[in-house]
Amino acid sequence: MRPEQGTLISRAQAIAALLELLTDQPVIICNGFPSREAHKIADRPTHFYMIGSMGNAPAIALGVALAKPNKQVITFDGDGNVLMGMGTLATVGALKPKNFIHVVFDNEVYGTTGNQPTISNVVPLEKVAKAAGYVNVERVRDRDDLVYEFKDMLKKDGPSMLLIKVNEFAEDAGRILHEPPDLTKRFMKAIE
Amino acid sequence: MAYNARAFLIRATVKEEEAMIDSDAFVQAMQDMGVNFFTGVPDSILGGIIAELMDRRLYTPAVREDEAVAMAAGAYMAGKIPAVLMQNSGLGTSLNTLISLNMIYRQPCILIVSWRGQGGKDAPEHLVMGEVMPQFLDTMKIPHRTLTEKTALEDFKWVAETFMKQRIPVALFITKGVVKGLHP
Repeated sequence: MRPEQGTLISRAQAIAALLELLTDQPVIICNGFPSREAHKIADRPTHFYMIGSMGNAPAIALGVALAKPNKQVITFDGDGNVLMGMGTLATVGALKPKNFIHVVFDNEVYGTTGNQPTISNVVPLEKVAKAAGYVNVERVRDRDDLVYEFKDMLKKDGPSMLLIKVNEFAEDAGRILHEPPDLTKRFMKAIE
Repeated sequence: MAYNARAFLIRATVKEEEAMIDSDAFVQAMQDMGVNFFTGVPDSILGGIIAELMDRRLYTPAVREDEAVAMAAGAYMAGKIPAVLMQNSGLGTSLNTLISLNMIYRQPCILIVSWRGQGGKDAPEHLVMGEVMPQFLDTMKIPHRTLTEKTALEDFKWVAETFMKQRIPVALFITKGVVKGLHP
């Protein structure tokens, strides 16, 4: 069964709720709509927006988390992305960085390319993460639960995964206007 | 990133008669250059180096080369100087990450790549990449150089300078028998 628009919140609504709870934590955001929407909702220098290298967002976040053990590192990811880089769930689960929170917006489609179905309708990604060694995993469907669980994860030692079921709606958000090398420099300076 | 040539020179010359670089000298040269984040996927040619890195608790194992490259990119942005070890087959696996992350975002790393299939003498799966690897990296505009015992000092200096100047991945090829492996 596919998540119908209207019965679930949108990814943009979920991103807005999460960003309200974050301040200066590094956030690595996967390619496609998640980066564009986060950029539109709140553009912070601590955001690293990806425009390519699909599947690699948690690996980049892991590199940041290992190099900065005193900073809580967040990654915003999608179901198609997680499926593409699923090995990284194992790497994170084995290394167990305490400062690592993996948020997955699961709309069961490849939204950027025209809503072709992924297989996350039959593969529970948070259970894969749990089996791989993530310490805390939660699956939520509405805004109140999302806020409650994310606040809780910010207080706990990770690695944690918050999987948020969202609908297929994509915000009218343009491409990221910053040049990629400027994003690198801005992010590096912001998390120094 | 500073390059301490003297430290490497002392270690390298001690073993000159054997015409082979010791794994600990290789790792020390990397550390002297300022490299302080090592990740990758193993290869037999790199076995000695990885064992030495693990002894020094410097190595973070990855499960795929593109993951290793992305992890290194994150570490770089968090202030580290990263190196990624891989067999040359891993260049194929990490191609998209190298292009759509490192190259366009200007995120450097040192790729320590074992040259399997060099000269057509290896298992069949290594022969194509072994033959085309330098041209493959030329096409991707990734600078590369092959480490030799005689030119090791210049090779490391070139790696450090290219990393600092170009801010993109730079590859150092390791051929069989140049750095001491696990089973000499």
